[in-house]
Amino acid sequence: MTVTVWVPRDAGALALGAEAIARELLSAARASGAAIRLRRNGSRGLYWLEPLVEVECAAGRIAYGPVTERDVPELLEKGLLRGDAHPLRLGNIEELPWLASQQRLTFARVGRIDPLDLDDYRAHGGYRGLLRALEIGSAATVVEVVDSGLRGRGGAAFPTGIKWQTVLKQPPGQRYITCNADEGDSGTFSDRMLMEGDPFSVIEGMTIAGIAVSATCGYIYLRIEYPHAFRIMSAAIAAARQAGYLGNDVCGSGHAFDIEIRLGAGAYICGEETSMLESIEGRRGEIRVRPPLPAEKGLFGAPTVVNNVVTLATVPVVLASGAAAYRDFGQARSRGTLPLQLAGNVRRGGLVERAFGLTVRELLYDYGGGSASGRPIRAAQIGGPLGAYLPASQFDTPLEYEALAAIGAMLGHGGVVVFDDTVDMLEMAKYAMEFCAHESCGKCTPCRIGSVRGAEALGNIARGINPEGNLVLVEELCDTMVQASLCGLGGMAPFPVQSALKHFSEDFRKRVPGS
Amino acid sequence: MNPGAAPKPITQAERDEILGIVTRHRDRPGPLIEILHAVQDRLGCIPPEAVPLIAGALNQSRAEVHGVVTFYHHFRTAPRGRHVLRLCRAEACQSMRGRALEQHAMRSLGIGLGETTPDGGLTLEAVYCLGLCACSPAAMIDDEVHGRLTPERLDGLLRETGGVKP
Ligand SMILES: Cc1cc2nc3c(=O)[nH]c(=O)nc-3n(C[C@H](O)[C@H](O)[C@H](O)COP(=O)(O)O)c2cc1C
Ligand code: SF4
Ligand code: FES
Repeated sequence: MTVTVWVPRDAGALALGAEAIARELLSAARASGAAIRLRRNGSRGLYWLEPLVEVECAAGRIAYGPVTERDVPELLEKGLLRGDAHPLRLGNIEELPWLASQQRLTFARVGRIDPLDLDDYRAHGGYRGLLRALEIGSAATVVEVVDSGLRGRGGAAFPTGIKWQTVLKQPPGQRYITCNADEGDSGTFSDRMLMEGDPFSVIEGMTIAGIAVSATCGYIYLRIEYPHAFRIMSAAIAAARQAGYLGNDVCGSGHAFDIEIRLGAGAYICGEETSMLESIEGRRGEIRVRPPLPAEKGLFGAPTVVNNVVTLATVPVVLASGAAAYRDFGQARSRGTLPLQLAGNVRRGGLVERAFGLTVRELLYDYGGGSASGRPIRAAQIGGPLGAYLPASQFDTPLEYEALAAIGAMLGHGGVVVFDDTVDMLEMAKYAMEFCAHESCGKCTPCRIGSVRGAEALGNIARGINPEGNLVLVEELCDTMVQASLCGLGGMAPFPVQSALKHFSEDFRKRVPGS
Repeated sequence: MNPGAAPKPITQAERDEILGIVTRHRDRPGPLIEILHAVQDRLGCIPPEAVPLIAGALNQSRAEVHGVVTFYHHFRTAPRGRHVLRLCRAEACQSMRGRALEQHAMRSLGIGLGETTPDGGLTLEAVYCLGLCACSPAAMIDDEVHGRLTPERLDGLLRETGGVKP
């Protein structure tokens, strides 16, 4: 009897040796005369257990991990294909508390299906959202997204339906859907996991957006650092086109919609939406001054929807199960679920999708299991390189837009990076300024010059050069950047610096002579 | 430190290649970055002579094309080594001793970030997040990703590329 074995092709799993395991499984099985069907999935997001191998048994998909290439012959010998006992055996993957306690809506299929198998996609609820959108039509689709309370998951958290409404209201003519897959924030990988693990959900979301605002053309702006996502996304677009889900007549509805991928070229700022539009148009990724909004005058001057990968992949969920069902998750003005990404110095890092409201502490300790090094956790940076550092005293804050804003932090794209007590917060503050200087588009002075001077001043503090004076200078530079920068890069790069100064002042003081 | 990296003049075949790429992409909306990607993929870099060629064919000014080439970190005007090691320098990798790994790489290769080994075997580059932050510290060697790197594992991987002496 042929046994089905799943080995992820997610870049994270590959980075830990999944490809060698897949090869070894095939050759060892052949050598022992066992018949296996090797299937490739995305990652379930339990990265500390990757590479994670799943075997289809009567009792469900039995997981083993983390597997190394060298474990494979022994695993097969000990009955891997029957789901037998072994120190690496984890049990039924769906019943692992880490996963079972999550509320996976956007990530429901990731890790479960073969990302490029349309039948698999449909068998797991795929394309139900698009069919419903076609049935209820453009205006009702937009209303559904408004009512769901879905807010953009790329960072700015703007209500998605309202953005679509603005595009829909523009005079008739060419319109565009753009998917922001630039995912530059350190600590984030949910876009990557979706594109590699469930690319059709992104395509379906973009198609629904196209139907909703009468756009026939979509672009995915994908960062060059994601070659695996590029290959899988490209293959999925071709497959969707072949099956009539993209093209001149989407599902026989008479609507036309197609998607093209544009690769980035290693510029963090191109994740900012107007910079992204400039880049798709083939120019330097300099910020455009608003107004007009992209929804009014965006790509090639036409009304344009700009949404993040996770936002778009969530749209089919909203349409398939209805706005009310989605709204039921979450709290206050943060509705639905949030795919959190737990990264850095943490024992059990990975993807945690839950209704909004989990606290930082629950994420770090219940899911994360504390630091990877075994030392006390000292700080967590939330929301990428422009996000604040939280000290342990703030770990009871719920991971929710308004609650974080209230303590001067932000959720951003949902990345949480953990640091143990060996972290030097002065170094991290200096890095934040250096990163801003490295990535500044150069259009405005506070960001272009302020970040360079900020990094210099912090470097001087580290060397004990006029620490008091330089601290005052850093604070002034931060204020100027926050108040006078044209966009979020210069405007928010001070947040990690200011939070480090406020909550970890001892790291700055210890260099001041005499203190 | 970069003896082999001085740009040599491009050949007639390379000129034809560049013009062919421009012709293939010219009619797409906003084609310049697509063209630059294609040129770099084929020639390993964007040689200075490519700029006037591309500008002429697209009816753009040289300054415009040059401005785009220099804006993006990914584009380069001189060829790299036979292999490229891209080490992540961003926060999640820093939290897992990424900076020590970086120091180790520079020491054992004898080059700094952005430099190529004297024999042209390997270029060391910085990258800011590879989306492997739950498997940090992370790096790419050519198109292959690697996570949870230690100095020892990195040395092993570099030896495997063959382009680098241990
Ligand atoms: C400096 C900077 C970088 C950004 N990078 C990204 C990014 O990589 N991906 C993303 O989706 N949004 C990014 N954003 C937010 C976008 O400008 C925009 O708000 C978002 O793509 C809109 O989609 P959403 O409403 O679905 O979140 C960035 C913003 C700033 C200021
Ligand atoms: S803040 Fe920085 S990135 Fe933003 S427009 Fe100004 S210079 Fe450009
Ligand atoms: S921070 Fe290094 S891979 Fe994301």
